[in-house]
Amino acid sequence: MYKNWWKILGAVLVVYSTVCGFLAGVPSLAILNESIRNLYFHVPMWFGMIVLFSISVYYSVKYLSTNDPDHDLKAVESINIGVVYGILGIVTGSIWAKYTWGQAWSFDVKQNFAAIALLLYFAYLVLRNAIDEEQKRAKISAIYNIFAFPIMVVLLFVLPRMADSLHPGNGGNPGFNSYDLDSRMRAVFYPACLGWILIGCWIYNLRYRIRKIENKQNS
Amino acid sequence: MKKFIIALILVLNTVQLFARETGVEMAEVMRSNGKIYVVVACVVIILLGLLVYLFSLDKRLKKIEKKS
Repeated sequence: MYKNWWKILGAVLVVYSTVCGFLAGVPSLAILNESIRNLYFHVPMWFGMIVLFSISVYYSVKYLSTNDPDHDLKAVESINIGVVYGILGIVTGSIWAKYTWGQAWSFDVKQNFAAIALLLYFAYLVLRNAIDEEQKRAKISAIYNIFAFPIMVVLLFVLPRMADSLHPGNGGNPGFNSYDLDSRMRAVFYPACLGWILIGCWIYNLRYRIRKIENKQNS
Repeated sequence: MKKFIIALILVLNTVQLFARETGVEMAEVMRSNGKIYVVVACVVIILLGLLVYLFSLDKRLKKIEKKS
């Protein structure tokens, strides 16, 4: 994680996807108009969040099996940046919704469940702050995290598909894949996702290293 | 001949209608006068600034890690 190549790759992909996100061709669709370009900025936030939360679960499991406090630090720092991605995702989503669905918050199932999923992780951070004893805090929050992750996945990817949702790909709505994510958009969308995931991992990496030094100084 | 011309006009008419139907309003003005590039330039500069900042943070952190 100390090597530089993947950070440069992330930076290049994010800049590439931003430039092409504004300038590359997109299909002309009613209602969406140019706002379809939001796909390159709004959706990668959620993908980034999910990857960061997955990293966190991985380290929570590792913490429980090894009791190494470093793994606990990794778990909490990846959630910290994942939550930031989630907030950015929900805010950009409501701006997009305001101009395409008519309301910033139309109580769409996916919007509601995304908000609940974020609250789950806020609860994780609050729970951590509530426990003073370090080992107890690490253990309880690791267990909480392992339970929260599948619930988040169900809230974001399973339940919205079973109800009527305005989001594409949910509740009988065709996904972007099926008709309007053409090859021109794919060439920007996938690099955008990968780029933002890498940037998220990079910030998580920085935060973890800072915390580690802080801990060393405190002890 | 008259019938043919009328038919032709009708066909052309539908072509026009079709064109209007697919003509979803996109930001053509911004692109035709080149001003979209101004926006892209600003966004890219902000993004590059933040990324350079991240790299410099990383560098400083590496130095501190070596010390401790």
